[in-house]
Amino acid sequence: MKNNSVVMLRRNLRHTTRNPVAVFNAILFPVILMLMFVYVFGDAFDVGGDYLDYATPGMLLLAVVYGLSATIMAVNSDMTTGIINRFKVMDVSRGAVLNGHVVATILRTSLAILAVLSVALLLGYRPQASALQGLSAAGVLLLVVTAVSWLSVALGLAAKTAETAAFSGVPLVMLPFFSSAIVPADAMGTGVRQFAEYQPFTSIIESLRGFLAGSPDLTQTWVAIAWSAGIILLSLVWSGRKFSQRA
Amino acid sequence: MTNSAITASGLRKAYGEQVVLDGVDLEVPAGSVFSLLGPNGAGKTTTVHLLTTLLRLDGGRAAVAGFDVATQTRQVRSAIGVTGQFASVDELLTGRENLQMMVDLQRRARPAAVGELLERFDLQEAADQRVTSYSGGMRRKLDLAMTLVSRPQILFLDEPTTGLDPRSRRTLWQIVRELVGEGMTIFLTTQYLEEADQLADRLAVIDHGRVVAEGTPEQLKRQIPGAHVQLRLAGPEALTSATRVLTDATPDPENLILRVPSDGSVKALRSLLDRLDEYAIEVSEFTVHLPDLDDVFLALTGSAPSAPSAPSAPKASAS
Repeated sequence: MKNNSVVMLRRNLRHTTRNPVAVFNAILFPVILMLMFVYVFGDAFDVGGDYLDYATPGMLLLAVVYGLSATIMAVNSDMTTGIINRFKVMDVSRGAVLNGHVVATILRTSLAILAVLSVALLLGYRPQASALQGLSAAGVLLLVVTAVSWLSVALGLAAKTAETAAFSGVPLVMLPFFSSAIVPADAMGTGVRQFAEYQPFTSIIESLRGFLAGSPDLTQTWVAIAWSAGIILLSLVWSGRKFSQRA
Repeated sequence: MTNSAITASGLRKAYGEQVVLDGVDLEVPAGSVFSLLGPNGAGKTTTVHLLTTLLRLDGGRAAVAGFDVATQTRQVRSAIGVTGQFASVDELLTGRENLQMMVDLQRRARPAAVGELLERFDLQEAADQRVTSYSGGMRRKLDLAMTLVSRPQILFLDEPTTGLDPRSRRTLWQIVRELVGEGMTIFLTTQYLEEADQLADRLAVIDHGRVVAEGTPEQLKRQIPGAHVQLRLAGPEALTSATRVLTDATPDPENLILRVPSDGSVKALRSLLDRLDEYAIEVSEFTVHLPDLDDVFLALTGSAPSAPSAPSAPKASAS
């Protein structure tokens, strides 16, 4: 017998490599979005500086959220196809099943982040961060990725059908657009601006932007960490409930 | 007294107001095939879920392999295998990888089981293809093979042949018979009467969350009257005279048919034919009808089975 979490992780990684649509959504699509915003729309936005420098942190976040629907769908399909009952009867723990999904998502998302970052560097993006600031940015990103991965697992567990599961990922994908990821919140209409200022993605992006530009914004970083921790806690409780409910 | 693989008394499960199981008692001797027969929504799958620890009991007690399903979950799980209504296989993995995953996840599993099961279930050729390319029958076979990796003492099969073509169904039946031959206890739910008739040593008919009958297939068939001979007469006059001669028969003038109660034995049939001969009554068609489980089902639940069973051929026929 092998460690159950490892078996589950290997299963989920195989799923990712064998599902071209998931790979496209998670890795290629963020790169395409990046190219589109920088080359097609970028010049039309006034961000008070080089658009590539402004947009790259936001694009890294888009790379995070675009891969999440694959996780939501995968968790949901595990729950609805009956394979979860097989695992339950075999005494495979909830932890093993869900950790497998979370870790696979983190690995896939990290790959997407690296892809987007590489393209940005090729296009001429030059972060001003020191080594420590770079590591801090990576740390914040990893925490955020962990948080949204758990949230996706919970959403996948909560959705009763594949259709609901597919839909429940949409807000996550839309949120960065209503943050300061693409354009500064100041440029938005009143209602949207207020929403953008207080939603988690703005703090996360401002924190990343600060670190990468070499001028850390500690207030936003703490807010980002608090949001992530809150999301992780909520998702753990929620998915724990949903997992035991379903038979 | 044989020891029991499964005992359950007063099983109850309700979701809010809706009572799914309303006091079900079951007793399955070790090494036998027990079938729970009933229409959709009767409570079959819920019963399986309760006995396999996937759902919590709202009332009653159940022991599986001698362990209490409520308090000894872990021991129950290590003694059983479950193959559900929907093939729970991993579509993106190959057949071999699916089986390997089962080996990796269980302490008692032997790595050699992968090759053995692929061979036994005739899945060697497709072993390295992804399950997405498998037919329905192959999926069920793989599903069952995955369950057998741990060599369970008690196997739960929840509607194992629903949606399968007749040939795959027969293959699965054959496998079930082999497993019983090896000493496994099998708890099988089905909505196909023929399946219960073919496989089960004992069966219980469940309807609206209650067991409405229990016994061997033979006992259940004997419980209900229904054996009769059906005569189609040459014309209305023949029907009239036949009705006069066979006083306990029920005529159906529209179709020129006469139903004569009979146990279907050779002796009874011969005497019936002799009497018809004696009175020179011309019969154009003669069919013996023995009750099958369809009749049992109808008599017990007051409704036809919800799924079509194979058409029951007349047991004897002559013109």
